[in-house]
Amino acid sequence: MKLIIAIIKPFKLEEVRDALLGIGVHGMTVSEVKGYGRQKGHTEIYRGAEYAVNFLPKVRIEVAVPAEEADRVVEAISTAAKTGQIGDGKIFVAPIDRAMRIRTGETDADAL
Amino acid sequence: MRGASLARGLIAAGAFTVLAAAPALAQTDAKIDPADTAWMIVATALVLMMSLPGLALFYAGMVRKKNVLATMAQTLAVVALCSVLWAVVGYSLTFGGGGAMIGTLDRLLLGGMTPAAISPFAKTIPEALFMIYQMTFAVITVALVAGSVADRMRFSAFMWFAALWLIVVYVPIAHWVWGGGFLAQAGLLDFAGGTVVHLNAGVAGLVAAYLIGARHGYGSENFAPYDLSLAVIGTGMLWVGWFGFNGGSALAADARAVFAIVATHLAASTGAVTWMALEWWNRGKPSVLGMISGAVAGLGTITPASGFVLPWHGIVIGLVAGLICYWSCTWLKRACRYDDSLDVFGVHGIGGATGTVLVGVFATPALGGAAGLLAGNGEQLLIQLYGIAVTFAWSGIATFVLLKVVSAFVPLRVDRQSEIEGLDVTQHGEALQ
Repeated sequence: MKLIIAIIKPFKLEEVRDALLGIGVHGMTVSEVKGYGRQKGHTEIYRGAEYAVNFLPKVRIEVAVPAEEADRVVEAISTAAKTGQIGDGKIFVAPIDRAMRIRTGETDADAL
Repeated sequence: MRGASLARGLIAAGAFTVLAAAPALAQTDAKIDPADTAWMIVATALVLMMSLPGLALFYAGMVRKKNVLATMAQTLAVVALCSVLWAVVGYSLTFGGGGAMIGTLDRLLLGGMTPAAISPFAKTIPEALFMIYQMTFAVITVALVAGSVADRMRFSAFMWFAALWLIVVYVPIAHWVWGGGFLAQAGLLDFAGGTVVHLNAGVAGLVAAYLIGARHGYGSENFAPYDLSLAVIGTGMLWVGWFGFNGGSALAADARAVFAIVATHLAASTGAVTWMALEWWNRGKPSVLGMISGAVAGLGTITPASGFVLPWHGIVIGLVAGLICYWSCTWLKRACRYDDSLDVFGVHGIGGATGTVLVGVFATPALGGAAGLLAGNGEQLLIQLYGIAVTFAWSGIATFVLLKVVSAFVPLRVDRQSEIEGLDVTQHGEALQ
Protein backbone atom coordinates (compact mmCIF):
# COMPACT_ATOMS: atom_id res chain seq x y z
CA MET A 1 0.00 0.00 0.00
CA LYS A 2 1.19 3.49 -0.76
CA LEU A 3 0.21 6.92 0.57
CA ILE A 4 0.32 9.47 -2.24
CA ILE A 5 0.82 12.99 -0.85
CA ALA A 6 0.40 15.82 -3.33
CA ILE A 7 0.88 19.55 -2.66
CA ILE A 8 -0.92 21.44 -5.39
CA LYS A 9 -2.21 24.88 -6.24
CA PRO A 10 -5.62 25.38 -4.58
CA PHE A 11 -7.57 26.13 -7.74
CA LYS A 12 -6.49 22.76 -9.21
CA LEU A 13 -8.28 20.72 -6.57
CA GLU A 14 -11.48 20.00 -8.48
CA GLU A 15 -9.56 19.03 -11.61
CA VAL A 16 -7.41 16.59 -9.64
CA ARG A 17 -10.47 15.13 -7.93
CA ASP A 18 -12.16 14.58 -11.31
CA ALA A 19 -9.02 12.97 -12.72
CA LEU A 20 -8.78 10.56 -9.77
CA LEU A 21 -12.46 9.68 -10.05
CA GLY A 22 -11.78 8.91 -13.69
CA ILE A 23 -9.23 6.23 -12.79
CA GLY A 24 -11.34 4.71 -10.06
CA VAL A 25 -9.98 6.41 -6.94
CA HIS A 26 -12.97 7.35 -4.83
CA GLY A 27 -11.55 8.75 -1.59
CA MET A 28 -9.09 11.37 -0.49
CA THR A 29 -8.21 13.67 2.38
CA VAL A 30 -7.71 17.33 1.68
CA SER A 31 -6.18 20.01 3.87
CA GLU A 32 -5.37 23.68 3.37
CA VAL A 33 -1.70 24.31 3.97
CA LYS A 34 0.92 26.98 3.37
CA GLY A 35 4.27 26.52 1.84
CA TYR A 36 6.86 27.59 -0.67
CA GLY A 37 9.47 26.08 -2.89
CA ARG A 38 10.88 28.06 -5.74
CA GLN A 39 7.81 30.28 -5.93
CA LYS A 40 8.50 33.53 -4.12
CA GLY A 41 5.97 35.06 -1.76
CA HIS A 42 4.59 38.54 -2.09
CA THR A 43 4.54 41.79 -0.13
CA GLU A 44 1.48 43.14 1.63
CA ILE A 45 1.20 46.72 2.75
CA TYR A 46 -1.05 47.91 5.58
CA ARG A 47 -1.13 51.66 6.16
CA GLY A 48 2.50 52.05 5.27
CA ALA A 49 3.69 48.94 7.10
CA GLU A 50 5.13 46.35 4.69
CA TYR A 51 5.10 42.66 5.44
CA ALA A 52 6.80 39.97 3.35
CA VAL A 53 4.43 37.03 3.06
CA ASN A 54 6.66 34.02 2.35
CA PHE A 55 4.14 31.25 2.70
CA LEU A 56 1.66 30.73 -0.09
CA PRO A 57 -1.64 28.91 0.25
CA LYS A 58 -1.58 25.39 -1.15
CA VAL A 59 -3.78 22.31 -0.91
CA ARG A 60 -2.47 18.98 0.34
CA ILE A 61 -4.16 15.81 -0.96
CA GLU A 62 -3.60 12.40 0.58
CA VAL A 63 -4.72 9.25 -1.19
CA ALA A 64 -4.08 5.65 -0.02
CA VAL A 65 -3.89 3.13 -2.87
CA PRO A 66 -2.63 -0.41 -3.50
CA ALA A 67 1.07 -0.35 -4.45
CA GLU A 68 0.46 -1.42 -8.05
CA GLU A 69 -1.80 1.59 -8.68
CA ALA A 70 0.59 4.20 -7.29
CA ASP A 71 2.16 5.07 -10.63
CA ARG A 72 -1.20 5.62 -12.35
CA VAL A 73 -2.37 7.84 -9.51
CA VAL A 74 0.80 9.92 -9.54
CA GLU A 75 0.44 10.31 -13.30
CA ALA A 76 -3.20 11.38 -13.04
CA ILE A 77 -2.52 13.95 -10.31
CA SER A 78 0.52 15.31 -12.08
CA THR A 79 -1.32 15.83 -15.38
CA ALA A 80 -4.34 17.45 -13.74
CA ALA A 81 -2.39 19.73 -11.41
CA LYS A 82 0.17 21.00 -13.86
CA THR A 83 0.06 24.59 -15.15
CA GLY A 84 3.65 24.93 -16.25
CA GLN A 85 4.21 27.89 -13.90
CA ILE A 86 6.53 27.89 -10.90
CA GLY A 87 4.60 26.77 -7.77
CA ASP A 88 2.72 23.81 -9.30
CA GLY A 89 3.74 21.67 -6.32
CA LYS A 90 5.14 18.21 -5.60
CA ILE A 91 3.95 14.63 -5.23
CA PHE A 92 5.41 12.17 -2.73
CA VAL A 93 4.88 8.43 -2.46
CA ALA A 94 5.27 6.93 1.00
CA PRO A 95 4.78 3.35 2.18
CA ILE A 96 1.84 2.43 4.41
CA ASP A 97 2.46 -0.28 7.06
CA ARG A 98 -1.18 -1.00 7.88
CA ALA A 99 -4.64 0.30 7.09
CA MET A 100 -8.11 -0.28 8.57
CA ARG A 101 -11.67 0.73 7.70
CA ILE A 102 -13.08 1.86 11.01
CA ARG A 103 -16.74 1.01 10.41
CA THR A 104 -16.22 -2.62 9.40
CA GLY A 105 -12.80 -3.49 10.76
CA GLU A 106 -11.51 -4.52 7.33
CA THR A 107 -7.76 -4.28 7.08
CA ASP A 108 -5.04 -3.56 4.55
CA ALA A 109 -6.10 -4.05 0.92
CA ASP A 110 -9.76 -4.46 1.90
CA ALA A 111 -9.66 -1.13 3.68
CA LEU A 112 -8.55 0.90 0.66
CA MET B 1 -5.15 98.28 18.04
CA ARG B 2 -4.95 94.57 17.25
CA GLY B 3 -5.16 93.66 20.91
CA ALA B 4 -8.25 95.79 21.38
CA SER B 5 -10.10 94.19 18.48
CA LEU B 6 -9.07 90.74 19.67
CA ALA B 7 -10.41 91.54 23.11
CA ARG B 8 -13.63 92.85 21.59
CA GLY B 9 -13.96 89.71 19.51
CA LEU B 10 -13.36 87.46 22.48
CA ILE B 11 -15.78 89.35 24.66
CA ALA B 12 -18.45 89.23 21.96
CA ALA B 13 -17.91 85.53 21.39
CA GLY B 14 -17.80 84.88 25.09
CA ALA B 15 -20.97 86.85 25.77
CA PHE B 16 -22.80 85.06 23.00
CA THR B 17 -21.79 81.66 24.30
CA VAL B 18 -22.36 82.45 27.95
CA LEU B 19 -25.85 83.71 27.15
CA ALA B 20 -26.54 80.54 25.22
CA ALA B 21 -25.29 78.33 28.04
CA ALA B 22 -26.44 80.16 31.16
CA PRO B 23 -28.93 77.93 32.96
CA ALA B 24 -30.76 80.68 34.78
CA LEU B 25 -31.96 82.36 31.58
CA ALA B 26 -32.84 79.21 29.65
CA GLN B 27 -35.97 77.95 31.38
CA THR B 28 -38.29 80.29 29.50
CA ASP B 29 -37.56 78.45 26.24
CA ALA B 30 -37.60 74.90 27.58
CA LYS B 31 -40.38 72.76 26.16
CA ILE B 32 -40.24 69.19 24.95
CA ASP B 33 -40.65 68.94 21.20
CA PRO B 34 -41.74 65.50 19.94
CA ALA B 35 -39.87 65.73 16.64
CA ASP B 36 -36.61 66.72 18.31
CA THR B 37 -37.09 63.99 20.88
CA ALA B 38 -37.78 61.33 18.27
CA TRP B 39 -34.72 62.24 16.26
CA MET B 40 -32.48 62.38 19.31
CA ILE B 41 -33.61 58.94 20.44
CA VAL B 42 -32.60 57.62 17.03
CA ALA B 43 -29.36 59.57 17.13
CA THR B 44 -28.53 58.05 20.51
CA ALA B 45 -29.04 54.56 19.14
CA LEU B 46 -26.91 55.39 16.10
CA VAL B 47 -24.02 56.61 18.22
CA LEU B 48 -24.25 53.59 20.53
CA MET B 49 -24.10 51.41 17.44
CA MET B 50 -20.85 53.16 16.54
CA SER B 51 -19.35 51.57 19.64
CA LEU B 52 -21.33 48.37 19.61
CA PRO B 53 -20.46 46.80 17.30
CA GLY B 54 -18.99 49.46 14.99
CA LEU B 55 -15.75 50.22 16.79
CA ALA B 56 -15.45 46.66 18.09
CA LEU B 57 -15.48 45.30 14.53
CA PHE B 58 -13.34 48.10 13.13
CA TYR B 59 -10.59 47.50 15.67
CA ALA B 60 -10.81 43.74 15.99
CA GLY B 61 -10.56 43.19 12.25
CA MET B 62 -7.24 44.98 12.20
CA VAL B 63 -5.41 43.09 14.93
CA ARG B 64 -3.92 39.62 14.71
CA LYS B 65 -6.12 36.56 15.13
CA LYS B 66 -4.86 35.77 18.62
CA ASN B 67 -6.05 39.16 19.91
CA VAL B 68 -9.38 39.63 18.11
CA LEU B 69 -11.62 38.71 21.03
CA ALA B 70 -9.53 40.64 23.52
CA THR B 71 -9.80 43.74 21.37
CA MET B 72 -13.56 43.39 21.23
CA ALA B 73 -13.59 42.82 24.97
CA GLN B 74 -12.03 46.23 25.50
CA THR B 75 -14.81 47.99 23.60
CA LEU B 76 -17.53 45.90 25.24
CA ALA B 77 -16.23 46.37 28.75
CA VAL B 78 -15.68 50.11 28.30
CA VAL B 79 -19.23 50.64 27.07
CA ALA B 80 -20.63 48.72 30.00
CA LEU B 81 -18.42 50.17 32.72
CA CYS B 82 -18.35 53.76 31.53
CA SER B 83 -22.10 53.86 30.88
CA VAL B 84 -22.70 53.16 34.54
CA LEU B 85 -20.02 55.58 35.70
CA TRP B 86 -21.48 58.27 33.45
CA ALA B 87 -24.92 57.80 34.92
CA VAL B 88 -23.61 57.70 38.48
CA VAL B 89 -21.32 60.72 38.42
CA GLY B 90 -19.97 61.57 34.97
CA TYR B 91 -23.07 63.33 33.66
CA SER B 92 -23.45 65.43 36.76
CA LEU B 93 -19.87 66.62 36.76
CA THR B 94 -20.02 67.46 33.05
CA PHE B 95 -23.44 69.00 32.56
CA GLY B 96 -24.71 69.63 36.07
CA GLY B 97 -24.20 73.37 35.93
CA GLY B 98 -21.21 74.45 37.92
CA GLY B 99 -18.47 76.88 36.97
CA ALA B 100 -15.59 77.33 34.60
CA MET B 101 -13.71 74.20 35.62
CA ILE B 102 -16.18 71.50 36.56
CA GLY B 103 -19.87 70.78 37.05
CA THR B 104 -21.67 69.87 40.26
CA LEU B 105 -22.93 66.74 41.98
CA ASP B 106 -26.54 67.91 41.57
CA ARG B 107 -27.27 64.97 39.33
CA LEU B 108 -25.33 62.35 41.27
CA LEU B 109 -26.94 58.98 40.46
CA LEU B 110 -29.16 61.07 38.16
CA GLY B 111 -30.97 62.36 41.25
CA GLY B 112 -33.62 64.96 40.48
CA MET B 113 -33.83 64.04 36.84
CA THR B 114 -37.56 63.54 36.51
CA PRO B 115 -39.38 62.69 33.28
CA ALA B 116 -40.26 66.36 32.99
CA ALA B 117 -36.73 67.61 33.57
CA ILE B 118 -35.06 69.54 30.77
CA SER B 119 -31.40 70.41 30.54
CA PRO B 120 -30.46 74.01 29.74
CA PHE B 121 -28.09 72.55 27.16
CA ALA B 122 -30.87 70.86 25.18
CA LYS B 123 -34.08 72.73 25.71
CA THR B 124 -36.47 70.74 23.53
CA ILE B 125 -35.78 67.18 24.63
CA PRO B 126 -36.08 65.38 27.98
CA GLU B 127 -32.97 65.76 30.11
CA ALA B 128 -32.75 61.98 30.38
CA LEU B 129 -32.37 61.82 26.62
CA PHE B 130 -29.66 64.47 26.62
CA MET B 131 -27.92 62.52 29.36
CA ILE B 132 -27.93 59.24 27.50
CA TYR B 133 -27.01 60.84 24.19
CA GLN B 134 -23.97 62.35 25.85
CA MET B 135 -23.27 58.97 27.44
CA THR B 136 -22.72 57.43 24.02
CA PHE B 137 -20.11 60.09 23.28
CA ALA B 138 -18.32 59.50 26.55
CA VAL B 139 -18.08 55.75 26.15
CA ILE B 140 -16.87 55.80 22.55
CA THR B 141 -14.15 58.28 23.44
CA VAL B 142 -12.78 55.95 26.11
CA ALA B 143 -13.11 52.96 23.79
CA LEU B 144 -11.12 54.77 21.10
CA VAL B 145 -8.05 54.98 23.32
CA ALA B 146 -7.80 51.17 23.41
CA GLY B 147 -6.75 51.19 19.78
CA SER B 148 -3.33 52.60 20.58
CA VAL B 149 -2.42 49.88 23.03
CA ALA B 150 -3.98 46.97 21.21
CA ASP B 151 -2.28 43.57 21.41
CA ARG B 152 -0.39 44.22 24.63
CA MET B 153 -2.26 45.97 27.42
CA ARG B 154 -3.36 43.99 30.44
CA PHE B 155 -7.17 43.86 30.62
CA SER B 156 -7.35 44.65 34.33
CA ALA B 157 -5.05 47.64 33.96
CA PHE B 158 -7.09 48.82 31.01
CA MET B 159 -10.33 48.64 33.02
CA TRP B 160 -8.90 50.68 35.87
CA PHE B 161 -7.50 53.15 33.39
CA ALA B 162 -10.81 53.42 31.54
CA ALA B 163 -12.76 54.18 34.71
CA LEU B 164 -10.29 56.81 35.90
CA TRP B 165 -9.78 58.35 32.48
CA LEU B 166 -13.50 58.90 31.98
CA ILE B 167 -13.76 60.90 35.20
CA VAL B 168 -10.40 62.67 35.23
CA VAL B 169 -9.86 63.41 31.54
CA TYR B 170 -13.08 63.15 29.55
CA VAL B 171 -15.45 64.76 32.04
CA PRO B 172 -13.44 67.97 32.58
CA ILE B 173 -12.77 68.54 28.89
CA ALA B 174 -16.40 67.87 28.00
CA HIS B 175 -17.45 70.30 30.70
CA TRP B 176 -15.03 72.97 29.49
CA VAL B 177 -16.18 72.69 25.87
CA TRP B 178 -19.86 71.71 26.14
CA GLY B 179 -20.90 72.03 29.76
CA GLY B 180 -20.54 75.78 30.07
CA GLY B 181 -16.91 75.69 31.14
CA PHE B 182 -14.12 78.10 30.32
CA LEU B 183 -13.51 76.95 26.75
CA ALA B 184 -17.16 77.44 25.89
CA GLN B 185 -17.01 80.83 27.56
CA ALA B 186 -13.98 81.67 25.44
CA GLY B 187 -16.00 80.94 22.33
CA LEU B 188 -14.44 77.64 21.27
CA LEU B 189 -16.43 76.04 18.45
CA ASP B 190 -16.64 72.26 18.62
CA PHE B 191 -19.88 70.96 17.24
CA ALA B 192 -19.63 67.26 17.94
CA GLY B 193 -16.26 66.55 19.53
CA GLY B 194 -13.14 67.41 17.58
CA THR B 195 -11.43 68.26 20.83
CA VAL B 196 -13.59 66.45 23.40
CA VAL B 197 -13.61 63.13 21.57
CA HIS B 198 -11.03 62.83 18.82
CA LEU B 199 -8.08 64.96 19.84
CA ASN B 200 -8.60 63.87 23.43
CA ALA B 201 -8.59 60.15 22.62
CA GLY B 202 -5.77 60.56 20.12
CA VAL B 203 -3.41 62.28 22.52
CA ALA B 204 -4.24 59.81 25.28
CA GLY B 205 -3.54 56.96 22.90
CA LEU B 206 -0.23 58.47 21.88
CA VAL B 207 0.88 58.88 25.48
CA ALA B 208 -0.23 55.34 26.29
CA ALA B 209 1.57 53.94 23.25
CA TYR B 210 4.80 55.64 24.28
CA LEU B 211 4.50 54.61 27.93
CA ILE B 212 3.54 51.00 27.29
CA GLY B 213 6.05 50.54 24.53
CA ALA B 214 5.93 48.87 21.16
CA ARG B 215 4.52 45.43 20.54
CA HIS B 216 6.97 42.56 20.64
CA GLY B 217 8.10 42.00 17.08
CA TYR B 218 6.97 45.43 15.86
CA GLY B 219 8.79 46.30 12.69
CA SER B 220 10.11 42.81 12.06
CA GLU B 221 7.24 40.36 12.32
CA ASN B 222 4.17 40.00 10.15
CA PHE B 223 1.37 41.94 11.86
CA ALA B 224 -1.08 41.61 8.99
CA PRO B 225 -4.72 42.20 10.01
CA TYR B 226 -6.78 39.13 10.88
CA ASP B 227 -9.81 39.98 8.77
CA LEU B 228 -10.20 43.33 7.10
CA SER B 229 -13.75 42.49 6.10
CA LEU B 230 -14.67 42.90 9.79
CA ALA B 231 -13.00 46.29 9.73
CA VAL B 232 -14.97 47.26 6.63
CA ILE B 233 -18.23 46.28 8.26
CA GLY B 234 -17.22 48.25 11.33
CA THR B 235 -16.43 51.26 9.17
CA GLY B 236 -19.88 51.06 7.61
CA MET B 237 -21.45 51.20 11.04
CA LEU B 238 -19.23 54.07 12.07
CA TRP B 239 -20.03 56.01 8.89
CA VAL B 240 -23.80 55.54 9.19
CA GLY B 241 -23.68 56.03 12.94
CA TRP B 242 -21.87 59.32 12.44
CA PHE B 243 -25.11 60.70 11.03
CA GLY B 244 -26.27 60.48 14.63
CA PHE B 245 -22.97 61.65 16.06
CA ASN B 246 -22.82 64.88 14.07
CA GLY B 247 -26.45 65.19 13.04
CA GLY B 248 -27.58 64.61 16.60
CA SER B 249 -25.26 67.26 17.93
CA ALA B 250 -27.73 69.79 16.60
CA LEU B 251 -29.92 68.47 19.43
CA ALA B 252 -32.90 69.11 17.19
CA ALA B 253 -34.63 67.73 14.12
CA ASP B 254 -33.91 70.73 11.96
CA ALA B 255 -32.01 72.02 8.96
CA ARG B 256 -28.83 72.42 10.97
CA ALA B 257 -28.84 68.70 11.74
CA VAL B 258 -29.32 68.01 8.05
CA PHE B 259 -26.47 70.31 7.04
CA ALA B 260 -24.27 68.62 9.60
CA ILE B 261 -25.13 65.24 8.12
CA VAL B 262 -24.49 66.41 4.58
CA ALA B 263 -21.11 67.90 5.44
CA THR B 264 -20.25 64.75 7.38
CA HIS B 265 -21.10 62.41 4.54
CA LEU B 266 -19.22 64.49 1.99
CA ALA B 267 -16.17 64.66 4.22
CA ALA B 268 -16.18 60.90 4.71
CA SER B 269 -16.54 60.30 0.99
CA THR B 270 -13.85 62.78 0.05
CA GLY B 271 -11.53 61.41 2.72
CA ALA B 272 -11.93 57.90 1.38
CA VAL B 273 -11.30 58.93 -2.22
CA THR B 274 -8.32 61.07 -1.24
CA TRP B 275 -6.58 58.35 0.73
CA MET B 276 -7.35 55.89 -2.03
CA ALA B 277 -5.81 58.22 -4.63
CA LEU B 278 -2.76 58.87 -2.46
CA GLU B 279 -2.08 55.21 -1.99
CA TRP B 280 -2.67 54.47 -5.64
CA TRP B 281 -0.11 57.10 -6.55
CA ASN B 282 2.31 56.31 -3.71
CA ARG B 283 2.13 52.53 -3.57
CA GLY B 284 0.67 51.49 -6.86
CA LYS B 285 -2.48 49.94 -5.45
CA PRO B 286 -5.53 51.39 -3.64
CA SER B 287 -6.06 49.28 -0.54
CA VAL B 288 -9.30 48.59 1.25
CA LEU B 289 -7.63 49.51 4.53
CA GLY B 290 -6.71 52.81 2.94
CA MET B 291 -10.27 53.50 1.84
CA ILE B 292 -11.74 52.89 5.27
CA SER B 293 -8.96 54.82 6.96
CA GLY B 294 -9.59 57.76 4.69
CA ALA B 295 -13.30 57.64 5.40
CA VAL B 296 -12.76 57.58 9.16
CA ALA B 297 -10.21 60.37 8.86
CA GLY B 298 -12.74 62.47 7.00
CA LEU B 299 -15.40 61.71 9.59
CA GLY B 300 -13.21 62.56 12.55
CA THR B 301 -12.00 65.78 10.97
CA ILE B 302 -15.44 67.10 10.00
CA THR B 303 -16.80 66.35 13.47
CA PRO B 304 -16.06 69.69 15.14
CA ALA B 305 -17.03 71.61 12.02
CA SER B 306 -20.13 69.76 10.85
CA GLY B 307 -22.74 72.13 12.24
CA PHE B 308 -20.89 75.28 11.37
CA VAL B 309 -19.91 74.84 7.73
CA LEU B 310 -21.42 74.56 4.28
CA PRO B 311 -21.56 71.29 2.36
CA TRP B 312 -18.75 72.20 0.00
CA HIS B 313 -16.57 72.96 3.00
CA GLY B 314 -17.15 69.33 3.94
CA ILE B 315 -15.54 68.27 0.68
CA VAL B 316 -12.50 70.46 1.30
CA ILE B 317 -12.21 69.29 4.89
CA GLY B 318 -12.42 65.66 3.76
CA LEU B 319 -9.66 66.26 1.25
CA VAL B 320 -7.41 67.86 3.86
CA ALA B 321 -8.20 65.04 6.28
CA GLY B 322 -7.21 62.42 3.76
CA LEU B 323 -3.92 64.12 3.05
CA ILE B 324 -2.91 64.97 6.60
CA CYS B 325 -4.00 61.72 8.22
CA TYR B 326 -2.34 59.63 5.52
CA TRP B 327 0.87 61.50 6.21
CA SER B 328 0.60 61.08 9.97
CA CYS B 329 -0.15 57.35 9.79
CA THR B 330 2.83 56.70 7.59
CA TRP B 331 5.63 59.25 7.73
CA LEU B 332 4.96 60.79 11.14
CA LYS B 333 4.55 57.46 12.94
CA ARG B 334 7.74 56.14 11.44
CA ALA B 335 9.69 59.31 12.17
CA CYS B 336 8.54 59.56 15.78
CA ARG B 337 8.85 55.83 16.34
CA TYR B 338 5.71 55.07 18.33
CA ASP B 339 3.63 51.94 18.04
CA ASP B 340 0.11 53.34 17.96
CA SER B 341 -1.31 50.00 16.89
CA LEU B 342 -4.50 51.22 15.26
CA ASP B 343 -3.50 54.81 14.51
CA VAL B 344 -5.75 56.48 17.03
CA PHE B 345 -3.45 59.48 17.13
CA GLY B 346 -2.80 59.50 13.40
CA VAL B 347 -6.47 59.46 12.47
CA HIS B 348 -8.47 60.75 15.45
CA GLY B 349 -5.86 62.89 17.15
CA ILE B 350 -4.51 64.65 14.09
CA GLY B 351 -7.92 64.64 12.42
CA GLY B 352 -9.68 66.10 15.41
CA ALA B 353 -7.09 68.85 15.76
CA THR B 354 -7.18 69.62 12.05
CA GLY B 355 -10.93 69.81 12.05
CA THR B 356 -10.94 72.06 15.07
CA VAL B 357 -8.61 74.45 13.28
CA LEU B 358 -10.66 74.31 10.10
CA VAL B 359 -13.79 75.41 11.97
CA GLY B 360 -11.89 78.61 12.56
CA VAL B 361 -11.48 78.91 8.81
CA PHE B 362 -14.84 77.85 7.47
CA ALA B 363 -17.41 78.70 10.16
CA THR B 364 -20.39 80.28 8.41
CA PRO B 365 -22.74 82.56 10.36
CA ALA B 366 -25.86 81.31 8.56
CA LEU B 367 -25.43 77.91 10.17
CA GLY B 368 -24.42 78.37 13.76
CA GLY B 369 -24.10 82.07 14.28
CA ALA B 370 -20.33 81.88 14.31
CA ALA B 371 -17.96 83.29 11.74
CA GLY B 372 -14.56 81.99 10.76
CA LEU B 373 -11.66 83.35 8.77
CA LEU B 374 -13.39 83.16 5.39
CA ALA B 375 -16.34 85.07 6.82
CA GLY B 376 -14.03 87.83 7.96
CA ASN B 377 -13.36 86.78 11.55
CA GLY B 378 -9.71 85.88 12.07
CA GLU B 379 -9.95 85.75 15.84
CA GLN B 380 -11.86 82.48 15.81
CA LEU B 381 -8.75 80.68 14.61
CA LEU B 382 -6.90 81.81 17.70
CA ILE B 383 -9.69 80.57 19.94
CA GLN B 384 -9.63 77.24 18.15
CA LEU B 385 -5.88 76.90 18.63
CA TYR B 386 -6.33 77.75 22.28
CA GLY B 387 -8.88 74.97 22.62
CA ILE B 388 -6.57 72.51 20.91
CA ALA B 389 -3.68 73.47 23.19
CA VAL B 390 -5.74 73.06 26.34
CA THR B 391 -7.11 69.68 25.23
CA PHE B 392 -3.68 68.46 24.19
CA ALA B 393 -2.14 69.51 27.47
CA TRP B 394 -4.81 68.17 29.79
CA SER B 395 -5.28 64.91 27.94
CA GLY B 396 -1.56 64.31 27.61
CA ILE B 397 -0.54 65.15 31.14
CA ALA B 398 -3.50 63.61 32.94
CA THR B 399 -3.29 60.42 30.87
CA PHE B 400 0.38 60.11 31.72
CA VAL B 401 -0.30 60.56 35.42
CA LEU B 402 -3.22 58.11 35.41
CA LEU B 403 -1.18 55.44 33.67
CA LYS B 404 1.60 55.89 36.19
CA VAL B 405 -0.89 55.59 39.02
CA VAL B 406 -2.48 52.44 37.61
CA SER B 407 0.91 50.90 36.92
CA ALA B 408 1.81 51.29 40.59
CA PHE B 409 -0.84 48.67 41.35
CA VAL B 410 -1.09 46.58 38.20
CA PRO B 411 1.41 46.18 35.36
CA LEU B 412 0.10 47.96 32.29
CA ARG B 413 1.40 45.36 29.94
CA VAL B 414 0.98 41.59 29.83
CA ASP B 415 4.16 39.56 30.21
CA ARG B 416 6.19 38.66 27.17
CA GLN B 417 5.00 35.07 26.96
CA SER B 418 1.33 36.08 27.18
CA GLU B 419 1.84 38.63 24.47
CA ILE B 420 3.35 36.02 22.19
CA GLU B 421 0.64 33.48 22.95
CA GLY B 422 -2.09 36.05 22.48
CA LEU B 423 -4.47 38.01 24.68
CA ASP B 424 -7.60 36.02 23.79
CA VAL B 425 -6.33 32.91 25.50
CA THR B 426 -4.23 34.48 28.24
CA GLN B 427 -6.54 37.34 29.30
CA HIS B 428 -9.95 35.83 28.60
CA GLY B 429 -9.53 32.08 28.29
CA GLU B 430 -11.12 32.05 24.86
CA ALA B 431 -10.04 31.55 21.27
CA LEU B 432 -11.44 31.88 17.81
CA GLN B 433 -11.88 28.44 16.39
